[in-house]
Amino acid sequence: MTYLAKPKFRHPELEENARGFTRRDYEGKVSTLCAGCGHDSISAAIIQAVFELDLEPHRIAKMSGIGCSSKTPDYFLGASHGFNSVHGRMPSVLTGANLANRDLIYMGVSGDGDSASIGLGQFAHSIRRGVNMVYIVENNGVYGLTKGQFSATSDKGSKSKRGVVNNDAPIDMVSLALQLGATYVGRSFSGDKTQLVPLIKGAIMHHGAAFIDCVSPCVAFNNHEGSTKSYDYVRAHNEAVNKLDVILGRAPIMLEQAPGSLQLVTQHDGSTLRLRKIHEDYDSADRLGAMAYLQSRAAEGEIVTGLLYVDPEAHDLHDYLNTTDTPLNQLGDAELTPSPDALDAINAGLR
Amino acid sequence: MPDSVTTEPSHAAAKPQAKIINDFVVKFANVNGSGSASANGLFAKSILRMGVPIAARNIFPSNIQGLPTWYEVRVSEAGWLGRRGGVDLMVAMNPQTWAEDVRAIEPGQYLFYDSTKPLPPSRFRDDINIVGVPLTDIANRTYSDPRQRQLFKNIMYVGALAQLLNIPIPVVERLLQEEFASKPKLIDANLKAFRLGFDYAEHQVPPIALRLEPSDKVGDRIFAEGNSAAALGAVYGGATVCAWYPITPSTSLAEAFMEHTKKLRTDPVTKKSRVAIVQGEDEIASIGIVIGAGWNGARAFTCTSGPGISLMQEFIGLSYFAEIPAVIFDVQRGGPSTGMPTRTQQSDILLAAYASHGDTKHPILFPCDPTECFEMGAQAFDLSDRLQTTIFVLLDLDIGMNEWLCEPFKWDPKKKLDRGKVMSAADLEAGRDFGRYLDVDGDGIPFRTYPGTHPSKGAYFTRGTSRDRYARYSEEGSVYIDNMERLLRKFDTAKSLVPAPIKTEAKRRTPYGVIYFGSTTPAMHEALAALEAQDRHVDAMRIRAFPFSDEVFQFIRDHEQVFVVEQNRDGQLRTLLVNEGGIHPSRLTAVLHYDGTPITARFITAEISMQMRAIETMPNTAEKAK
Repeated sequence: MTYLAKPKFRHPELEENARGFTRRDYEGKVSTLCAGCGHDSISAAIIQAVFELDLEPHRIAKMSGIGCSSKTPDYFLGASHGFNSVHGRMPSVLTGANLANRDLIYMGVSGDGDSASIGLGQFAHSIRRGVNMVYIVENNGVYGLTKGQFSATSDKGSKSKRGVVNNDAPIDMVSLALQLGATYVGRSFSGDKTQLVPLIKGAIMHHGAAFIDCVSPCVAFNNHEGSTKSYDYVRAHNEAVNKLDVILGRAPIMLEQAPGSLQLVTQHDGSTLRLRKIHEDYDSADRLGAMAYLQSRAAEGEIVTGLLYVDPEAHDLHDYLNTTDTPLNQLGDAELTPSPDALDAINAGLR
Repeated sequence: MPDSVTTEPSHAAAKPQAKIINDFVVKFANVNGSGSASANGLFAKSILRMGVPIAARNIFPSNIQGLPTWYEVRVSEAGWLGRRGGVDLMVAMNPQTWAEDVRAIEPGQYLFYDSTKPLPPSRFRDDINIVGVPLTDIANRTYSDPRQRQLFKNIMYVGALAQLLNIPIPVVERLLQEEFASKPKLIDANLKAFRLGFDYAEHQVPPIALRLEPSDKVGDRIFAEGNSAAALGAVYGGATVCAWYPITPSTSLAEAFMEHTKKLRTDPVTKKSRVAIVQGEDEIASIGIVIGAGWNGARAFTCTSGPGISLMQEFIGLSYFAEIPAVIFDVQRGGPSTGMPTRTQQSDILLAAYASHGDTKHPILFPCDPTECFEMGAQAFDLSDRLQTTIFVLLDLDIGMNEWLCEPFKWDPKKKLDRGKVMSAADLEAGRDFGRYLDVDGDGIPFRTYPGTHPSKGAYFTRGTSRDRYARYSEEGSVYIDNMERLLRKFDTAKSLVPAPIKTEAKRRTPYGVIYFGSTTPAMHEALAALEAQDRHVDAMRIRAFPFSDEVFQFIRDHEQVFVVEQNRDGQLRTLLVNEGGIHPSRLTAVLHYDGTPITARFITAEISMQMRAIETMPNTAEKAK
């Protein structure tokens, strides 16, 4: 019923966050995706995460490529500017937007179709550069919008709805992100809000390139038997390594019953990531360990989820470029245009 | 009796000639990477310091070291800065290209070479004069280090040439002092090498007919490289984001921007950068970054050449339809495909004008020299913000990678950067109606908002898909057409904003006109003078931008036959004129030069006069002359 505009009224007792916004203030338009689509759950998780973080909606920029997942920015944060650009090229547009104004929050929403083939290069280089962003891949193993072709993350041996078998080796974007130097890497499942919301919160607060691979079953083309990205399969093969809470600087620290299994990570901005370890041998501060762990678990058919790696000391592209604190798009003529004397000196040097 | 020419046969052409003063062409043939560039540059600048105009051009290979490279210096008291064609003094320092270098010398003129090793008479020509200086011999006797021997050999020949051509030693001394101000020991070393060559020529080589005399024709002009000037324009034009990918011949534009901004855009207190420069992983990422930045209110540009534009087309279409500012410097080179990476051409005109699928049109600026590279480089950013679209600045390798004698850079200190129609938080708060694609005043240009401006007003979704005036997704035909028509209105508005053409009227009324642009300019001026001397009068119009103003089409209407001079095979500007102006093709005659070398006055003069003769001898000439 997308031809109906969402009603603007709200329940009088709807909870407000510290900024006085309700959850409704972070919503967007009604989704046009299939009923039951995993992506809609992710959109809901984004809304919840931003609400809980008390952010001003308009201070977020939503960037996406082309595909079903790239449509979703229209369905959350209606008060934010969005940019649905071209297929596979969201990272470069996000990078440019980020360079122009370092003070906004940049959410890059993409899919496996958008990011793992045509977009693989831009995904890789935006992470290499350490662009301060939340890069979410809504991963369903197919090209949904063009009706169900395999994507590059489809597992080898998995079957399409029509029974065609994929023989190409899959790309694991989480492993790639780790290899490329991403400083916040997580994987989750659209059906696991408890895990996903804090993962997104931590990524938003992270000062650096944050990447989340979120398995998001496609009810139209990849939720059948033989798919390794269906709701059933993921639930059966999910291995969470930790459970994550994000505590903002000013919130009180909560007590934990099993201190031995707790990993506390304080980020630049003062937020604390509290990781309750489910697997004692998993250390989210160990990049190489994480890479090895992922490989060994993948060989067993397990989808490892949780906050897989975080570097709390991360830097971003602006740090490396040593740009002014004032966003570049706010510099005035006086700071941009050199003096007439400077031009005289240049001319003199050319005679 | 001087002894330097004993290995060559004596020539009738060795008789003393009348002096040729301040009007000749010197060409240096060197091996790439041998250190000749700075020596040749010293030679060129010395002449400028004497007040004599020169035009200097590099002809270099797609290589770093080992292949041939040429540096052609045209000396012209009259101030003709195009290539003339032909060589009067060939400094042949590359054995590999000896034969073709000797062939290039005009009859009766000079070959200068390293006479250390004897050469058989068959390697020379009867009708030229031979000047030999045993450079290797002198170098080996003076220096023991091989690198020094090579480097100082170059300075030695500059010394010899200075003596022969009458360049005063103090002029060269002063240049060396300026160049090596931070390394004084090198000044003496270079002077010593210079004097070795100078003294040898003075005592061992007979005078030649070519000569330099001090003059006052340079004035306050500067000697600047086009790419560097364009980059400086970007600084003055307020660019804060540059994303680029290396490609010949545009790389030096990005590098110059890095150099300029280090000096001019570093906060004096915090030492932080007021600019972000990123080398993208490819051209597509580069233009993506530019568009993301432009969308978010920062002036951004990329620089590339033809192949890069081909890659960027999808994003250019997005910029056109979603109406996002971007500036692209295209330093054109020989195409198609990889083409001739180190040769010049003007063959991206149609590509730039119509880049991307669907119905698109993009404004183009055509600078003719480094001064215009600076002016138009800066202006491009005002235009792109005002018109909310991609602006192309089309130069070429000839302008971009050579130093040209040109007017000094000027900037009006009272000038304010024009950010175009941007709705502020205050406007939104006051309840002003905002539609991202709403034409408020008939010029076709809507207002935009920067992300993050207002808590609840002014946000919209940017997409490449069709949408209505309030940025709401729509596939309705009438809505789409409304938008497309507005884009045409916007393009029409651009006519009054882009640089106007410049007309040069002939001394007499004439039915002939000529249209030209960009680096053709100096050769064109010289050709017009040469044609006039033949009593052939032609009005001229230099096009400086696309879209074409009505003035351009009026010029075509005012003449019976218009020549369009350009440096590409298919007459691309001519095609654009025909297409955009509805001109009958027979009214425009293409004059085409596209072998990768810069066009010459001789070529233009010969072509136009030949065409005019052909027209005059056609039947019904009386009818035509009416």
